[in-house]
Amino acid sequence: MKAVLALKDGTVLFGTGFGAKGERVGELVFNTSMTGYQEALTDPSYAGQILLMTYPLIGNYGTNARDRESGRVHPSGFAVRQVSPDREHREADNSLQAFLGQHGIPAISGIDTRFLVRHIRDKGVMPAIISVSDQEINAKQLVERLKGFDYSSVDFVSQVSTPEPVVYGKGRKVALLDFGAKLGIARELVKRGCEVHMLPCHTSADKIKELEPEGIMLSNGPGDPSIPGYAHRTIRNLAGYCPMFGVCLGHQLIAHAMGGSTYKLKFGHRGSNHPVQDLQKGRVAITTQNHGFAVKELPKGFELTHVNVNDGSIEGMRCRDKGIFSVQYHPEASPGPHDSGQLFDEFVRMM
Amino acid sequence: MKVLVIGSGPIVIGQSAEFDYSGAQACKALREEGVRVVLVNSNPATIQTDRDVADRIYIEPLTPEFLEKIIAKEKPDALLATAGGQTGLNIAMELFRKGVLKKHNVEFLGTDADSIETAESRESFNRLMERIGIPVLPGRVVKSLEQAKSFSDGNGFPLIVRPSFTLGGTGGGTAHDENELETILGQALRLSSTGEALVEKSALGWGEFEYEVVRDARGNAEIICNMENIDPMGVHTGESIVVAPSQTLSDRDHQLLRDASLRIVNAIGIKGSCNVQLAMNQQTGEYVVIEVNPRLSRSSALASKATGYPIARAATKIALGKSLPEIKNAITGTSAAFEPSLDYVVVKIPRWPFDKFPKTPRTIGTQMKSTGEVMAIGRTFQEALSKAIRSLEVKIPRDLDADRHLNPPTDQRLFAILESFRQGKGVELLHQKTGINRWFLRRMEEMAQLEKRLAGQKLSRELLLSAKRAGFSDSAIARLTGQEELEIRSVRKSFGIIPTYKIVDSCAGEFEAVTPYFYSTYEEENEAGEWKGKKVVVVGAGPIRIGQGIEFDYCCSHAAFALRDMGYRSIMINNNPETVSTDFDSSDRLYFEPLTFEDVMNVIENENPEGLIVQLGGQTGINLAQRLEEAGAKILGTPIEGIDKAEDRDRFSELAEKLGIPQPENGIAMSEAQALEVASRIGYPVVVRPSYVIAGRAMEIVRNESGLRSYIAEAVEVSNRKPVLIDRYIENAIECEVDAVSDGKNVFIGGIMEHIEPAGVHSGDANIVLPSIRLSDDEKKKIREFTEKLAHALGIVGLINIQYVVKGGTVYILEANPRASRTVPFVSKAIGLPLAKLAARAMLGEKISLEKPRQKCYAVKSIVFPFLKLLGTDIKLGPEMRSTGETMGLGESFEIAYYKALLAAGVGIEKERPAAFLSLRDQDKHCVPEFASLLKRLGFAIYGTMGTVGPVEGAVGVAKIGQGHPDVLDLIDSGTVNLVVNTPTRGGLAHTDGFRMRKASIQKGIPCITNITTAFELMKALDRLEEEFEVRTVEEWRG
Repeated sequence: MKAVLALKDGTVLFGTGFGAKGERVGELVFNTSMTGYQEALTDPSYAGQILLMTYPLIGNYGTNARDRESGRVHPSGFAVRQVSPDREHREADNSLQAFLGQHGIPAISGIDTRFLVRHIRDKGVMPAIISVSDQEINAKQLVERLKGFDYSSVDFVSQVSTPEPVVYGKGRKVALLDFGAKLGIARELVKRGCEVHMLPCHTSADKIKELEPEGIMLSNGPGDPSIPGYAHRTIRNLAGYCPMFGVCLGHQLIAHAMGGSTYKLKFGHRGSNHPVQDLQKGRVAITTQNHGFAVKELPKGFELTHVNVNDGSIEGMRCRDKGIFSVQYHPEASPGPHDSGQLFDEFVRMM
Repeated sequence: MKVLVIGSGPIVIGQSAEFDYSGAQACKALREEGVRVVLVNSNPATIQTDRDVADRIYIEPLTPEFLEKIIAKEKPDALLATAGGQTGLNIAMELFRKGVLKKHNVEFLGTDADSIETAESRESFNRLMERIGIPVLPGRVVKSLEQAKSFSDGNGFPLIVRPSFTLGGTGGGTAHDENELETILGQALRLSSTGEALVEKSALGWGEFEYEVVRDARGNAEIICNMENIDPMGVHTGESIVVAPSQTLSDRDHQLLRDASLRIVNAIGIKGSCNVQLAMNQQTGEYVVIEVNPRLSRSSALASKATGYPIARAATKIALGKSLPEIKNAITGTSAAFEPSLDYVVVKIPRWPFDKFPKTPRTIGTQMKSTGEVMAIGRTFQEALSKAIRSLEVKIPRDLDADRHLNPPTDQRLFAILESFRQGKGVELLHQKTGINRWFLRRMEEMAQLEKRLAGQKLSRELLLSAKRAGFSDSAIARLTGQEELEIRSVRKSFGIIPTYKIVDSCAGEFEAVTPYFYSTYEEENEAGEWKGKKVVVVGAGPIRIGQGIEFDYCCSHAAFALRDMGYRSIMINNNPETVSTDFDSSDRLYFEPLTFEDVMNVIENENPEGLIVQLGGQTGINLAQRLEEAGAKILGTPIEGIDKAEDRDRFSELAEKLGIPQPENGIAMSEAQALEVASRIGYPVVVRPSYVIAGRAMEIVRNESGLRSYIAEAVEVSNRKPVLIDRYIENAIECEVDAVSDGKNVFIGGIMEHIEPAGVHSGDANIVLPSIRLSDDEKKKIREFTEKLAHALGIVGLINIQYVVKGGTVYILEANPRASRTVPFVSKAIGLPLAKLAARAMLGEKISLEKPRQKCYAVKSIVFPFLKLLGTDIKLGPEMRSTGETMGLGESFEIAYYKALLAAGVGIEKERPAAFLSLRDQDKHCVPEFASLLKRLGFAIYGTMGTVGPVEGAVGVAKIGQGHPDVLDLIDSGTVNLVVNTPTRGGLAHTDGFRMRKASIQKGIPCITNITTAFELMKALDRLEEEFEVRTVEEWRG
């Protein structure tokens, strides 16, 4: 199959298509994890984006039933240097090609992915369109089709959040607000003896209080954190009710809800190798990250707890009075290092 | 603050140039922090022993006694033990255990001695693993065969046997039954410094993975790189083809092993770098930890080059107390606290020495046999693999009998697999035979399929691009399509298929890299864009092999340094991950590429340099020079014409004659008949060898017609295109050699080195002394005169190495090498002048100002041999080079310098109860009385064969092997004798008594001297041992 990846600035790359046929638009972002493509593909935070893996060989170990972070594939397209024509792993039940095909995701291989990474690094993330077809593809027309797309104007959270509450595990009750949650968050909490109620993003604070949770978990998710005003309101109304822990988008939403602000990073942090320093302990953890926005100003009453060692950006904050803490990265890992799992312990201890 | 850094000594199998690289980086890291560095190493061919790397440099034997003297003299505040490989670590631990460090108030930097002990001792390591819940293979530390047998009774075979505290798996092996257990265990117990060995259940066939961890004192820890061995468990990681990052692990698998590695390293308490080896059963997901190396290692060097992360630098800063976030990532300017992300694939392939040891079994296993390695980088696995294969500079066997190499594996297994696929065998079959993960096998199968397409289809742009993206060389494509390489090159260019260069930046492009460290691939964007300035390319030396070792990398690195000093931009091309030359800051631009015509020419076309330096990287660059020049490259220094005149025996002979320089009578033969005719004209004995050789491959001294016939039948192929050279062998002569630098006019002679052994031992294997001790002034004058004449006649600009033989006042010339030689670093250190730098300067047009070398001491170069690793090889020396590394001894007298060089090379003589066994060939027997009386004076008990020691009073004559007990093997095995002097007769047959005697002494680890002159000089040195050895820095010795 033929495939084209065209960027808003007119950059066009021709490659080989796999996955599903079709044409999809999204913000082109790159992830530097060398393993964990299936977890990334099923991470709802990638909604509205075309995901490019910087590691050139993708698909070697296929896909399986275990390593999924949601029931769907979220990026609108997938770009790699080389996709493995076969898979080799005891757990694999599918090839990456078939997996993407079944989920209707067009993908491109055989392109100079490193060039795109450097391009995005210099120019910033930008809208792109991927087209996979048996026919010749008209690249010029593709770029035209990008005109109407504005990633920052879409409420992706509403699109990916669970429509109905779902309960995982047994034990101490935790309300997990699903802004696009990775299953890993529920998994980590269940492992620590929690009964996790995963709730739709529009659930009101009153409804949540009716559940009488011992802790409130704010999940990761896609999109611009300034968009879901409903989430800001809910968080504001729940602040101080019981211990609250936010990760990634959840962390950014707390900032907005409590009077802080966020900004868009030039090309984001996406990968499994980002060093974050815990300012209290002085320790550095290698973290999984997947975010295009970051907190700019802390809300009043919040202290800075974690910073990114590379660029000094805010990675964590805490409000002792209200029992709220949050981090920009992913302690649930999957994919990525397990170095920050103790944050869940801390959350459960606070409950 | 003053810190003592211990180097790793001579290059041996299992401990190669990587420790010069990591040691030099450590020294640099220390000095950046204002620390004064005292460096000790016995290996002169190292950058770390250069004046500008450390403050105080000692080239002294790496023994605890010498180290203690240096400590007493220098009074360092601390010791860095982890940069000198297993050798450096073992000595440091011994100094620690003996209380030497405490006595002199020397702090142990980095990982504590206790932690190192825990990591290195099997028993305590296994106990620790049990405590933290990390699975290990069932195993037991044993001190006797009985203990081992009781373990095997419970656990069955196969079992892995590994001696504690040795390097490269020396003396270990896989035992499949009780007999093998007895043999391997016996050897392991002898070699272990603690008399212990580990007997362990084998995880044969499991996937083998390595994690390189860096941890600071605060407990911050990170994985710099994970690596996957393509050869599954059962093959030593140093013998395995390795790929980075891992290719077959899912993120779940990877995190499991990552977590385990971090827990292990935390539990041990590493402060610096640590290598963790793990095995995973990829059918079940079970894993075990195999072992850890709590120091910088061969793997850490590979990981550094594979990722761009300078592990030695970070580990050293940590040892000084810095935390990871406080250390800067020199490549991106961000912090060193992160895990590198790769956006390419790295493949390492070992380089084995079997071309030099045709009689040694080629099987590979748990003990290292390779001398070096190559690394290649590509954007696909196939690209990296193909580039690595051609970086090896070996002849790729065609029509291999594939089945013979698959299992047990040999060094040719990779080629056998490719051949099997060409023959249409399937992945499943090969997986069954080799245990190699199917993913890798399928990629290899694809390569064979692509070869078929190339052979069968018209070469379209699309097909050619696929081949280039799979790493195929133009010459391979040419062979498959029946064309010439240059035709393919021009077709390729006409299609617009030219390589793009990408940066190794440790972060997959996420941050801007400031270090230009490139590899080639065929994609869109070329990151090695236009770069203005005067640029010079240095063609590197490739993998460490016998005959082309670290000395040449040393010279290439020096050229890069000299270029920088002169305001040129230096561009290095090389593929050896172990070396200083491929450190990202040794040159201004580094291209990690194979050293073939195509790959070098591509870099030249990308860079458009002023010129090329080819004469410092050994034979590799010299062999490429002509083609590169024909393609338009400018070779700096000695012109091609001069190179050819020196290399072509016929032309050389003619030139020598014209210049009036005597040569041993010689001739060239194109057939066996002609060879016999030439030899009878010259008169036996003769030296025979094929033309155009590296390090005397297949060179031999032949004493009669039948010997010549069998040499030609067995060793070489003779034809018009491959003539055989025949020289008269001058017996009992002094061999000497000269390293000189010429600017085209002035010839500067670095030194006239004299071989201690009589002529006929390969110069790379000879013990060498500088200044000479037996040559007359007149002979030296002649040598100087001939050297100058020849350098002028060849138009040498740069280095030349000339070998002479002197007998009875006549100086004969043997050969001239228009390039750096392996003695350049030795001479440079002895006289205190950097010959390679001078050569680089001369090549760029600078005149050499002639200082007279200053050297008030004697310097002796000794060598180490790989015989222990390559059992089944006879150790007798001859005109074929067999040593892997060298040592340097410095002293006020020749004897002291010689003894120190030997001691540094591991030839130590037992002082407590010395006993020697003598077995000399007839022509040496006249020396027996004098030698025996020397031995007696030194308190030696003398044993020997009847034929040798019969006339010696008080000597014990011993039965020949098989004619009663005790025989010599019994004496060696029981430890009765601790020195063997055996001068071999002709014939390399493996069943001779001499061969078995030599093999036994190697296995027992006692010195075995095969040359009577060497033995004499050693005893003379011992005779003077009463004098206290003094330690001095190199500069102090030079006076």
